[in-house]
Amino acid sequence: MHDPRTSPAFLRGMTQSRSVNRRDVFRLAGLSAAGLALSACGVQGQQKAAPKPSEVADFWAGKQKNGKVVFANWPEYMPEGREPLKKFQQETGIAFEYLEVIDENASFFGKSEPQLRAGQPLGYDIIVMTNGTQFAKMQALGYLVGLDHKQLPNFAANAAPKYKSPAYDPNNTYSIPYTSGMTGIAYNTKYVKDPIKSIQALFDPKYKGKVGMMADSQEIANFGLLALGVAPEQATKADWQKAADLLNKQREDGIVRKYYDQDYIDAVSKGDVWLTMGWSGDVFQRQLAGEPVAFVVPEEGGTIWTDNMMIPKGAANPVDALMLMDYLYKPEIAAELTEYIQFVTPVPAVKELLSTKAAGLSGEDKEALEAMIESPLIFPSEADYAKLHGYISPVQAADQQAFESLFQAVTQG
Amino acid sequence: MRRVRTAAAPYLLALPAWIWFGVFFVVPIAAMASVSLTTGNLLEGFQQTFSFSNYADAIGQYHTQMIRSLVYGGVATVIMLLLAYPMAYWIAFKGGRRKSMYLFLLLLPFFVSFVLRTISWGFLLADDGILFGPLKSAGLLPADFHVLATEFAVIGGLVYNFLPFMVLPIYVALERVDPRVIEAAYDLYASRWAAFRRVVLPLSLPGVFAGVLMTFVPATADPVNARVLGGTGNTMIGNIIQTEYLTNNDYPTASALSFTLMAVLLVGIFVYARSLGTENVLEAAAR
Repeated sequence: MHDPRTSPAFLRGMTQSRSVNRRDVFRLAGLSAAGLALSACGVQGQQKAAPKPSEVADFWAGKQKNGKVVFANWPEYMPEGREPLKKFQQETGIAFEYLEVIDENASFFGKSEPQLRAGQPLGYDIIVMTNGTQFAKMQALGYLVGLDHKQLPNFAANAAPKYKSPAYDPNNTYSIPYTSGMTGIAYNTKYVKDPIKSIQALFDPKYKGKVGMMADSQEIANFGLLALGVAPEQATKADWQKAADLLNKQREDGIVRKYYDQDYIDAVSKGDVWLTMGWSGDVFQRQLAGEPVAFVVPEEGGTIWTDNMMIPKGAANPVDALMLMDYLYKPEIAAELTEYIQFVTPVPAVKELLSTKAAGLSGEDKEALEAMIESPLIFPSEADYAKLHGYISPVQAADQQAFESLFQAVTQG
Repeated sequence: MRRVRTAAAPYLLALPAWIWFGVFFVVPIAAMASVSLTTGNLLEGFQQTFSFSNYADAIGQYHTQMIRSLVYGGVATVIMLLLAYPMAYWIAFKGGRRKSMYLFLLLLPFFVSFVLRTISWGFLLADDGILFGPLKSAGLLPADFHVLATEFAVIGGLVYNFLPFMVLPIYVALERVDPRVIEAAYDLYASRWAAFRRVVLPLSLPGVFAGVLMTFVPATADPVNARVLGGTGNTMIGNIIQTEYLTNNDYPTASALSFTLMAVLLVGIFVYARSLGTENVLEAAAR
């Protein structure tokens, strides 16, 4: 609590990006279980339409609070002491089990899918997934429980309008946001002297061999499209092809050094790459650790992603899950969470609560908190939001395959 | 009665192993074979269509990465053999009382996780890191020199990560060589080289065979080194299978690729076994 750079409140929350925190870990147990579940004789398709309101009402009718809830989340997404959950337990009498078991959307989905398909419960009442391809698949396959918004009064009262009824989940049928973050350009200020402004810097031959791009198809496609001046969420298939061509050229010209996962942040802070696609929170943390990295949302735009809370099919304690999800939308609880995780909160009232708190502090604690309140990476202004685009979510299976094969050909050649 | 029990005993004792083998090998392999012949997608389901074209499609699409993996695995194995044989020889014949300490030192890095060890190489070999940074500022290397994100880094990582699996079997084979056999060779006027070539080397070949088997197969299929140390053109087949399975949920292609890789490796091993003059692969490996 002295030097803001070592202030735990500042440091802890920013260690990981939530978007696609890949680890190169083969989850053999999950894979072999999946292999068994697939078994012989093909696999049934499970595609389902969104539930009608009456079906949602039927599901919730007669459901009771069980006094227990299991929350599966990403690492570093809840204070170490779990204070918000403890308060929830005190106020509601619901015991919680908090598990940090999700560190990548694709592998989490890959592991869970066979279980959900077989109708087995995952053992979690709340899961958190980013608004990307896997979330779209969860919806399309009917693996999520429709939410009863009558039981989510705090969400209705306190969530910012732009976090309600997002394009990836109209009417918040299945999910409410947990937190958001941004994809932009991270660069090493030791090597890159002119401040980066445009996304074209990633395609500039001046930085040949010193540019990092992300391995994730969706991330790289977004940036290819933005470089073409196309909004990702409005892109047509012809645009995908143009973006892939542009990215292939960037690769063939030797501009890209490597397609990174989470390891991009080490590469850019060491100077292996000078500039790279990056996630806001990671860069903020490195700055606080004194490393020469900067983050910018390019003028052509960046992307904003949202990690969402949802209830998987077969959850044992859906009512308790709904109560906890709603509880996290109380402004004072949301403020506590934001102060720790330091990504973008969906609850606007948090800013004022934290300002009030900062006014009551002094010295470096105060400075740290004020820096956080001022940061556009944590509280983006309307102008910042205007530059941020949503993700592409090709839900149709055929589109999905075409999309992946276009962009994986770029990153996996 | 008693005789019956005695006759059945070995089978009963082997039963747990057979169940293990059945549940964790035969069933998954059969399931994978079945899945590799389906068509469809995750949303609409996969139907068993006995579509052998899955194999042709998968190989057509990913043969570059498949061949690249075999080359990387092969080169890494040869380098490992060249490094490991002298090491094993030295430990077995010159190690003296400290043999077990040397073996322990060899295995020491294994107390650190595989992924972490690979990532440490990224740290050591960073473009301006502790190794290349000083060399570059001294003008001994051009400023844009780099090892990371090249095939040298990937193969180097494979060699580093799998080397002990080559050393240990060779060491065991050499350790078992009876010193009196070597003395006999000298008594029969063999030179040191001749004694090595005609006595020690042939006796150690089963160890070499086992070592190659234990390194070539995992090195070829490894996804971690390419992911962590490689660049834009170093993707290996292990990475492709991982992506097909977890990201694309294209189970048929992932299964077809796994089977193809398995088949290619098996064929390679049998050819290698033949060329080494070993009639029976299992016999050599078990020795």
